[in-house]
Amino acid sequence: MTPKSNNQLAEILASKDQEITAHWLELQAKSTGRRSAAEQQETIRDSRDFMDALKGAVAKGQLDDIGTPAWAPMRELLNGLSARRAKGGYSPTETASFVFSLKEPIFAAIHKETGKNPDVFMNALWQTTTLIDSLGLLTMDAYQRTREEVINRQQQELMELSTPVVRLWDNILALPLIGTLDSSRTQVVMQNLLEAIVQTRSDFAIIDITGVPVVDTLVAQHLLKTVAAARLMGADCLISGIRPQIAQTIIHLGVDLSEVTTKATLADAFAAALKRGGNSVTRNGKASDSRANDSREK
Amino acid sequence: MDRIPILKMGDFLLVSIQVDMHDRLALTLQDDLTSQIVRHRARGVLIDISALEMVDSFIGRMLGTIASMALLLDAETVVVGMQPSVAITLVELGLSLRGIRTALDVEKGMATLQAALLKREDAIDAAS
Repeated sequence: MTPKSNNQLAEILASKDQEITAHWLELQAKSTGRRSAAEQQETIRDSRDFMDALKGAVAKGQLDDIGTPAWAPMRELLNGLSARRAKGGYSPTETASFVFSLKEPIFAAIHKETGKNPDVFMNALWQTTTLIDSLGLLTMDAYQRTREEVINRQQQELMELSTPVVRLWDNILALPLIGTLDSSRTQVVMQNLLEAIVQTRSDFAIIDITGVPVVDTLVAQHLLKTVAAARLMGADCLISGIRPQIAQTIIHLGVDLSEVTTKATLADAFAAALKRGGNSVTRNGKASDSRANDSREK
Repeated sequence: MDRIPILKMGDFLLVSIQVDMHDRLALTLQDDLTSQIVRHRARGVLIDISALEMVDSFIGRMLGTIASMALLLDAETVVVGMQPSVAITLVELGLSLRGIRTALDVEKGMATLQAALLKREDAIDAAS
């Protein structure tokens, strides 16, 4: 890479700026026809900013490494742009082609300027192509990163949403678990339950696993840990909602749940917790009467 | 050297751990507590660890040993107010402290102790 060809690109960019930008915008308008007017406006603004940043960086030299300080404004611009596009629902192709579509206009300009000298032409072409490629990759990296952030945040939200702690009675909490339990989710569940126990000063906690499709050794291990932790804090933990298949699986796996109170249904566990807490539930005539009235009214 | 105060309340001894436990402090507490149990003929020990935010395996084991020692001297032990993070840590360390009684707060701990002592007296009555 001779400094001469460096200047070549800088010169071309400086002198043919308007032409390249116009050509580029035209290409982009063709490929992203379905976007709204506001989005097209945004693209035009982005393209102008991009050209300015490119001119500035190329003029300072160092085309082979976009990690240098000269490229800092460009990196910032591309990071912001891809983040915005990832959130705005642009596809990866649309985001990448924003940068890559610049190749054609620049190549055309280079050809016009240096086409008579094959060596210089080749050199400038190669330099430009590497440069645009690395800028495109940078864009994709940033795009991907933003998407991953979105996914992570959603995962987090889902996790928090799916582990509610319900208060059933004075001193009795219930934790209905729904969905597959993995290590990170169990961690959140455990934390939520234990914190709720402290807050409500509950003596009993019922973990209901009716909604857990599969119980393997790992899940059983997690449940046992939660029960042990609750016990350490002074609360009694019951496990309910064990379906027939799950009971079979647990025994076949050889998991020892004998130290934990287990009940088939949440109702049984609730009754057991009430009884242990010194409460008793009795039926009286009135309640059933009012229910009979209700059904008659309907 | 700092010590953890041990308060006498009727038949019970009250220990409230308000500072970060380190190993030497734990050993001193063990010494003090056993001698106080003997001196006051205490029937129960209540250890409040609600201010304790960090434990290691040593402190975890120490709670277990204190309970066993107290039992040897004919006193029941209850540990109260354990923080969620502490409970999780102990379980992750594999210290489930099965021999130990636990309660959510001092009030409930007292009730637990009283219930345990009543049960024991009943057992003695039944045996005689």
